[in-house]
Amino acid sequence: MTTPPVDAAQAAPVLHPQSCGPDGLERLRIAWAKPRRFAFFTEVNNTHIGLLYIATGFLFFLGAGVLALLMRIQLAEPGGGFLDAEQYNQVFTMHGTVMMFLFAVPIVEAIAVLLLPSMLGTRDMPYPRLSALGFWSYAVGGVMVFASLFFGVAPDGGWFMYPPLTSLPYSPGINTDVWILGLGFVEISAVAAAVELVVGILKTRAPGMTLARMPVFAWYVLVTAGMIMIGMPTVIAADTLLELERAAGMPFYDATRGGDPLLWQHLFWLFGHPEVYIIFLPAAGMVSMILPAFVRVRLVGYGWIVVAAVAVGFLSFGLWVHHMFATGLPLMSLGFFSAASSAIAIPMGIQVFAWLATLWEGTPQLRPPLLFLLGFLVIFTMGGVTGVMVAAVPYDWQVHDTYFVVAHFHYVLIGGMVFPLFAAIYYWTPWVTHRLLSERAGRWAFWLMFVGFNAAFLPMHLTGLRGMPRRVYTYDGGLGWSTLNLVSSIFSFVFAAGVLVVVMDFLLHLRRPRIAERNPWGAPSLEWLGGLSDYGLRSLVSITSRYPLWEQPDLEEEETAGRGYLPDAPTREREALLTGPLSSEPEQILRLPGPGWTAFVAAVATAAVFAAMTLRLRVLGIVAGLVAAGAYGGWLWSLDPAQPRGLADAGRGLALPLYRNDTGSVGRWGLMVLLVSDAAVVASFVFAYFYLWSGQPGLWPPEPAALPSIGAPLLAALLTLGAWLGFELADRRVRRERGRAAGVCLALSTLLAAGALVVGVRWLGAMGVDPAAHSYGAAVWTLVGYVGLHVALGAAMALWCLVRLGLGMIDSWRRVTLDVCLLWWRFTLPATLLVLLIVAGFPRAA
Amino acid sequence: MYAGATLVVLLVLVLALVPLFARRARAVDRRLFLWGGGVALPLLTLTALVPYVMRVGHESRAPLPTDRLSVEVTGHQFWWAMAYRRAPASAVVASANELRLPAGERVELLLRAGDVIHSFWVPNLAGKTDLVPGRVNRLVLRATRPGVYRGQCAEYCGLQHALMAFDVVVVPRAEFDLWLAHLARPVPPPAAPELRQGRALFDSLGCSSCHTVRGVSRGTLGPDLTLVGARRTIAAGALHGGVGNIAGWIASAQHLKPGNAMPSYDQLTGTQLRALAAWLESLQ
Repeated sequence: MTTPPVDAAQAAPVLHPQSCGPDGLERLRIAWAKPRRFAFFTEVNNTHIGLLYIATGFLFFLGAGVLALLMRIQLAEPGGGFLDAEQYNQVFTMHGTVMMFLFAVPIVEAIAVLLLPSMLGTRDMPYPRLSALGFWSYAVGGVMVFASLFFGVAPDGGWFMYPPLTSLPYSPGINTDVWILGLGFVEISAVAAAVELVVGILKTRAPGMTLARMPVFAWYVLVTAGMIMIGMPTVIAADTLLELERAAGMPFYDATRGGDPLLWQHLFWLFGHPEVYIIFLPAAGMVSMILPAFVRVRLVGYGWIVVAAVAVGFLSFGLWVHHMFATGLPLMSLGFFSAASSAIAIPMGIQVFAWLATLWEGTPQLRPPLLFLLGFLVIFTMGGVTGVMVAAVPYDWQVHDTYFVVAHFHYVLIGGMVFPLFAAIYYWTPWVTHRLLSERAGRWAFWLMFVGFNAAFLPMHLTGLRGMPRRVYTYDGGLGWSTLNLVSSIFSFVFAAGVLVVVMDFLLHLRRPRIAERNPWGAPSLEWLGGLSDYGLRSLVSITSRYPLWEQPDLEEEETAGRGYLPDAPTREREALLTGPLSSEPEQILRLPGPGWTAFVAAVATAAVFAAMTLRLRVLGIVAGLVAAGAYGGWLWSLDPAQPRGLADAGRGLALPLYRNDTGSVGRWGLMVLLVSDAAVVASFVFAYFYLWSGQPGLWPPEPAALPSIGAPLLAALLTLGAWLGFELADRRVRRERGRAAGVCLALSTLLAAGALVVGVRWLGAMGVDPAAHSYGAAVWTLVGYVGLHVALGAAMALWCLVRLGLGMIDSWRRVTLDVCLLWWRFTLPATLLVLLIVAGFPRAA
Repeated sequence: MYAGATLVVLLVLVLALVPLFARRARAVDRRLFLWGGGVALPLLTLTALVPYVMRVGHESRAPLPTDRLSVEVTGHQFWWAMAYRRAPASAVVASANELRLPAGERVELLLRAGDVIHSFWVPNLAGKTDLVPGRVNRLVLRATRPGVYRGQCAEYCGLQHALMAFDVVVVPRAEFDLWLAHLARPVPPPAAPELRQGRALFDSLGCSSCHTVRGVSRGTLGPDLTLVGARRTIAAGALHGGVGNIAGWIASAQHLKPGNAMPSYDQLTGTQLRALAAWLESLQ
């Protein structure tokens, strides 16, 4: 259990005493109260954002589901005339795109945003405004992408967007830009949510909730968020290169100018395959949370499951090439990726059999959530079994891009993610609305969905084996596909009817009376202690068990009596506990921002910038860009507010600091996690550079005379080194209260960084390579440009710190701003040196 | 393989259902589940698959002596160009949207893309191999039995990806050689007046600027039409062959296959259309 730092508490009077009485509760209510009316858009609390997030994701699910039905109508008979080729191609592209990018990934993140703080026993995510920014970006960006369907300019290059089909010559319309820019924007918000989830899980767990006592869902989400951190940046990088090719003519994928279409496939599937597990793992986490409640025993093999989830996370990045077996890669490498793809069956098998063992140990109660879980087990296993088949290269050569694969991944995704999602809807709805969904409707929905799904998708295996390729808007009647397609079409509507039953049930249940009990299923996990409310728990409790509600009988009494931590909001500000990532000991009281317009305005303005880029509206782009810059500027300025140096009361006789300026500050944690993503972008660009070279040996650079000079990059490297050093010295001076000397160091750092930029730009100019002429120039400009952006941001940060220093907002105590900017430079320096070394050195070595 | 897959699914199904009917808690051997089901079962299944994975289908990439028949297959939006070479030194003979192969002989296909990525797939003869711009992929085919096999594009390549098929016609070797020699020769001059009018229209309408007919024109933007009358299908499998469909295609190509590169010649009179179609049909 926790030991309060007594000596520190005695040294000075404790600030802001907490009350566990009704006055404390009143202040807690005020601090966390939802704003009213238009201020709806200003609320940043995770319960508010989480619910909106889930609702939006579900609407996209319904929308993309309707698109699926349109396709099934078209394919019900050979030569169907319901849609024309153009419409069909937009519909199938949008079905996949919306399901993957606007439904599956966002909704699993949304569920985590809604549930995790309660499961971890805290009051909110560590960066509430970031969640709000992520949600609004996703909602506005997603609606714009979806709306493109109604204007006939929806993307039509497939959800995988292979160039050169999606390059300018073959897709001159804005359809492709809608995809790249709209989804690029949404992907950034996915990364934002992932940063939030990683730091939330590591830093805001209940006191005593060690990693080993963490609810297994948190483990799954941690792995998933880590995968998003690494996977999403590669597709963002690929998107960036494609848009650079379309807008600026830089030929990354154009084979006629030294590019390679397969570069896209590598980058896309390096993200795209982990994507499947990004969708599946949180769903498996939900399964692992729901199952114990209905079999009345603990989960079998918690440790096994955690290790399996981590193993899936790692393995998933090693098997992207199984989407490219037919591209003509050497058989050797196909063999490696085939083995890696099959190997993932082992951690998957462990999870499935751990769940089965849990079923066997307990006494299952067949309520609707368990029904959906059983459906999940069966359907997902079938998808896994066909997955092993398609991992075999010769088999894949036949079934790749046929309806067999369509059937396979719908078994995996609908079985592995949609069925658990519906189990979760039946399971957690009473947590949200304090009302139960109908058992009868649940059974109807399950059977309609289970039968409809299998009868629609099982025949597709056969359709594929009989030679029907994917993504065809029409087919000939004489090929033996007609009856199978008709069956699939009919039963897709049965499946849809099941979904409709759930939607109706949900709408109707809002009129039913509330239930009295907090924990209707008798579930063991912490979120059922409080149920959904603005502030979460009355007081934050200590955890001594993995199944606290089963094994800590006095927990509820302790919580409601306010005898836990933070039962009050003495300053009427929102507060949460920060705990050690490993020890889970309380370390700090984190003051959280309350409602505000910043995140909403920033999201809408950024969306407008992306829309203006897509539609080539210069004025709108500039105006929206200024608004966005203002919003982000104001936001950043408000970070690192002044906090008292003394310790504050955290309840239970514990006094904790309100501010940390060491490596444990949340600001530093956030940037650290974000830099992992940034490193993945740099790695993607470096990969692109070497991959493009590998297709052009001897032509690097294409004109030998354009060999990069050595002097200029050396100078740029020295200047960057100096800029970083200036920042380091400024940090040392600030720690010793020598503000003036620190200011000089920061000014010097700014100048040196600016100098590095000037030298870099002149170097690029003198190199004489046209970025639009050949992939060499395109790759060089991208690499140098990206680190140049880092140096420029670093210079801006130095100026920023200089201003705050001058205004007395940075000193030896309050220096997280400086610390975070320094971290940026500690990343920028090695990244810049690496890129300069590659660009200047590699063509000489090669 | 399918039987094994069914067994695994049944195993999970039974294991999931048994606890529902036996309503009483059981002492479970966790090791049996986790090690047996979780580790051993997938491991054994995968091991059993190794010989299949390592051997089957690999002959499609096998090296070939260079004196065999090779066909360069080029994918275009939305049709196929085929160029035959009987031996390394011999001349290249072009055709389109139909691949003729000698039975029993191993043939090397060199796969290229003319614009975007396509994928060459004849389900009954081999797995698919992509046609990627900037690359040449190899596929070795051996069709043992004479007959007609359907092939199609298997990589989404744009608006009319659905209508990008071709026929593979496998004939005895002697017949193949006769056919190839026939394909290489210029088409004979038309005899009947209607055919002469058709041929003249082929020039005057500008058909010849896109299409090659050996001895008549050298266009390369569209499919080679030298023996178009002998093909089972036209417009890359979109329509069956025959004079009526050829006429229909010329008049309304954009209606039948919207977005393909061929314009609709809907201004022609019935007589003109019949003459042009008849001449093309006569190219056999």
